Amino acid sequence: MSIKSLVSITDYSKEDILEILSSAEEFEKHPNQEVLKGKVIATLFFEPSTRTRLSFETAVVRLGGSVIGFSDVATSSLSKGESLHDTIRIVSNYVDAIVMRHPYEGAARYAAEISPVPIINAGDGANQHPSQTLLDLYSILKTQGTLENLNICIVGDLKYGRTVHSLIMAMSHFHPTFTFIAPEELRIPYEFKIFCDKNNISYTELYELSDNFNEADILYMTRVQKERFQDLMEYERVKNVYMLKNSMLENTKPNLRILHPLPRVFEIDPEVDKNEKAYYFQQAKNGLYVRQAIINKVLSS
Amino acid sequence: MEKELKVAALRNGTVIDHIPVDKLYKVVFMLHLDRCENQITIGNNLDSVKMGKKGIIKIAGKFFAEDETNKIALIAPNANINIIKDAQVIEKRALSLPNEIHDIIQCNNPNCITNHQNVPTFFYVLKEAEGTFLKCHYCERIISQEEVKIK
Repeated sequence: MSIKSLVSITDYSKEDILEILSSAEEFEKHPNQEVLKGKVIATLFFEPSTRTRLSFETAVVRLGGSVIGFSDVATSSLSKGESLHDTIRIVSNYVDAIVMRHPYEGAARYAAEISPVPIINAGDGANQHPSQTLLDLYSILKTQGTLENLNICIVGDLKYGRTVHSLIMAMSHFHPTFTFIAPEELRIPYEFKIFCDKNNISYTELYELSDNFNEADILYMTRVQKERFQDLMEYERVKNVYMLKNSMLENTKPNLRILHPLPRVFEIDPEVDKNEKAYYFQQAKNGLYVRQAIINKVLSS
Repeated sequence: MEKELKVAALRNGTVIDHIPVDKLYKVVFMLHLDRCENQITIGNNLDSVKMGKKGIIKIAGKFFAEDETNKIALIAPNANINIIKDAQVIEKRALSLPNEIHDIIQCNNPNCITNHQNVPTFFYVLKEAEGTFLKCHYCERIISQEEVKIK
């Protein structure tokens, strides 16, 4: 396995994370740099994700590199039944690094084991999406000036939400306090509570959104998907009570910022978009600089 | 007249005793005994003081590496392994799970790459205060030992 690959957020130490964040800060100041001149990066999207792919491809182009790849399995030889193994072995002959998204969990780890060039995981099923986590951290750092000792409130699908699980792992280096707010069906899995206990991270679990985040520095909202519910009546109830509105933000701290990995559905009322505490669109923009930093790191030395 | 079938005691080989009756054939396949050409005696639903009913496997002329027998700990942690040479038990081997398990367990996650492509499975054994857990190296799903499915 190539040690330079980024498959899971746990592949990166605290130092690696901080290195990415400070490098992203430099790329934000100077987004156009020729550090990838002459390099070719593949973006292999075995499952479509337009925003993530465009963000990675823009990052490569702004660094002076070129992109090859596919964004639709139907137009690749995968529609002929080629295995992931063979696709990776062949493409890795042509490029300096591979950015990939795959519908199956563990696909990126497997690819990293067989590829002679670094793999950057842009999402493997419900498992990991480390560039999202790093851009979340960058957004937290940028809005709060620090990552240390923050009060982070995470809302929505805490059971299946991969961004939530990775965020908990990554923030564990920085002494956070968590509040987990989720409907009964989507509660944080037991293993993450054990993880918090082991790392001396204090957390509170709540079931209603209402105004439970007046002490929070970060309000991290996630999408609640209809297909997660067996009881559709319950989904309709959750849909009504788990909508963040401006009125709920009145007594929150002035430094509070609202993050969301996007796309959102009902969980943030569009009226909140104009609130100065809304940060999710800038958060998406930060993805570009963070992805520049990741590509630069996997290809350096 | 009732004819009693007697299983001859092994002179040289391995006896795996005290296997739960519902795990006996799993142990057979796990150790690839279905493809083994040695003389093998398999007994199941035998009376046992310790467990009520039990299974037993005797393999003549075969000695397993510890890595091999440790796999049994996955499904029958209380089984006994006796290694016999010249009709004497020369070793009573205790079972302990290895730290890594390759290509024996099937991942419980239907969406794991190992269930869709030709990728050998690979699990880490996590020995926690709450019990033993296995973590898939690929999809990172954690399962308890009770949930283990053998390939």
